[in-house]
Amino acid sequence: MDSRPYTNMAWLLVLPAALLLVFNALVPFIAVINYSFQHIYSPQAHLFVGWQNFEEVMHDPEVIHSLFRQVIFTAITLGIEMPLGVAVALTMPRGGRWSGIILVFLALPLMVPWNVVGFIWEVMGRGDIGLLGKFINDVLHINFNYATNGPSAWFTLIIMDVWHWTALVALLAYAGLCAIPGAFYQAARIDAASRWAVFRFIELPKLKGVLTIALLLRFIYSFKIYAAPFTVTGGGPGDSTTFLSQALSTLAINQLEVGEAGAYGTLYFLIILLISYLFYVVLTRSGVSNEESA
Amino acid sequence: MRKFIPRVGLGAFLVFLMIPIYWMITMSFKTNNAIQTSFHIWPAHWTVEHYATIFSDPRWWTTFVHSFEYVVLNMALVLPLALPAAYAFSRFRFLGDKHLFFWLLTNLMAPPAVFLLPFFNLFHTLHLFDTVFAVAICDTLFNLPLAIWILEGFMSGVPREIDETAFIDGYSLPRFFIRIFLPLIRSGIGVTAFFLFMFSWISLLIPRTLTANGAMPFAQKMTSAISMSGIDWGILAACGTLSIIPGAVVIWFVRKHIATGFALGRV
Repeated sequence: MDSRPYTNMAWLLVLPAALLLVFNALVPFIAVINYSFQHIYSPQAHLFVGWQNFEEVMHDPEVIHSLFRQVIFTAITLGIEMPLGVAVALTMPRGGRWSGIILVFLALPLMVPWNVVGFIWEVMGRGDIGLLGKFINDVLHINFNYATNGPSAWFTLIIMDVWHWTALVALLAYAGLCAIPGAFYQAARIDAASRWAVFRFIELPKLKGVLTIALLLRFIYSFKIYAAPFTVTGGGPGDSTTFLSQALSTLAINQLEVGEAGAYGTLYFLIILLISYLFYVVLTRSGVSNEESA
Repeated sequence: MRKFIPRVGLGAFLVFLMIPIYWMITMSFKTNNAIQTSFHIWPAHWTVEHYATIFSDPRWWTTFVHSFEYVVLNMALVLPLALPAAYAFSRFRFLGDKHLFFWLLTNLMAPPAVFLLPFFNLFHTLHLFDTVFAVAICDTLFNLPLAIWILEGFMSGVPREIDETAFIDGYSLPRFFIRIFLPLIRSGIGVTAFFLFMFSWISLLIPRTLTANGAMPFAQKMTSAISMSGIDWGILAACGTLSIIPGAVVIWFVRKHIATGFALGRV
């Protein structure tokens, strides 16, 4: 049972942070919702149009297609990164001289600025000056050019995302593995459990919490992805790699469709919020069951 | 043998992680002519001309100064606000605490693209457009909830008896907080600062919208240099190499806490 004292004086400690967030999160979001119900011709001339912007956005093929692409991209990359990250964590030595060095190398891609991640793979994927592009073109003799060929662009972006983010899953899973008491492994050894059985019945259940967090973080960052694909392909060829954030920023900043962008932004945020809330519910439930079993 | 195959797999994965970084770093030491006309795994002729350009041309080096200014300003804004808030969430129950905490987390989930237009209008109205302040304030939208989340996790790891004993000994809350509590969670503050650093160092979309030439960060400078015709590969590679140095240095110092920092009860 929660024994922390109940006092509304604690609000005084939270207030400064809450006020700043009201200023730069709540007020702008209300502004976005406000835009979404209007046609804005100029700062002085705007017209209330009800749900019209929402209807237009939901029937806008560019929006629907970028949502579709976003879902596929997120599904593919998470489908690779989650198992691969767990596998990497399982092979890492726990403790000892090497583990520190391996951790530093693992974390390095996470520390690379996102546009530089894009730049790195923009170079790597090129047929003339990049290792990957050169290898695929000249050694494997497959025609590979991410600037003109859709599948090449997708392949480059997926391998880039795996390169960039698998380590996050691995680090989280590794921290989870380190927290498993040695007694569990001893018991498994006495029972002569196979490696697979140890993983399936000891490690995987203990990792459930951190893996849910990893999935949640990866989902959120994947759905917000912008800088890296924008740097590599600029959303092309055509708009075959235009994901949600880029489509929105084009609508808002380049085309200045303020009302539609407002409706789009509201829906975009609500989708992320809804899915994250589902995760949050699952996460807190699993937290309760962990406490009961502990 | 049972250990051998996983170790080789791990080694191969680390090599996969390092190759692209290696490729960028060596590229930054090649001449542009060598980059485009020959293909060498190891540079045939080493040159530092790209670094010389970055450090002598104000159009390049000022962008790094701007990025550092964001980072410092952002930390200076976030940490003093996040520390008391995280303490409140960790130690007390109060009206609406759970809802408030979830609202904080929703800000972490918000796509920056959604906020571009209102931010643009807001900071134009406040005459802060194209200043480092605009970007630093905007970044707190994501960094403040993140900092509260991480710090709350670390603070909850400190037994509450410590607070109670100190208050019985006659410590006031501010004095206890600064003299006793902060030193206890210093690794948590380190991890938080590390994440704050990273997320303001890498931000691109918000600065792209809120700055022109006066406060442009290196990330945007690189992006605009790419979209120009005749890409100067060498200088971009040098810029990219410089951009990963701070992260690599910071990570070396927090390497012991990195796994816990990522995993921390809630983060």
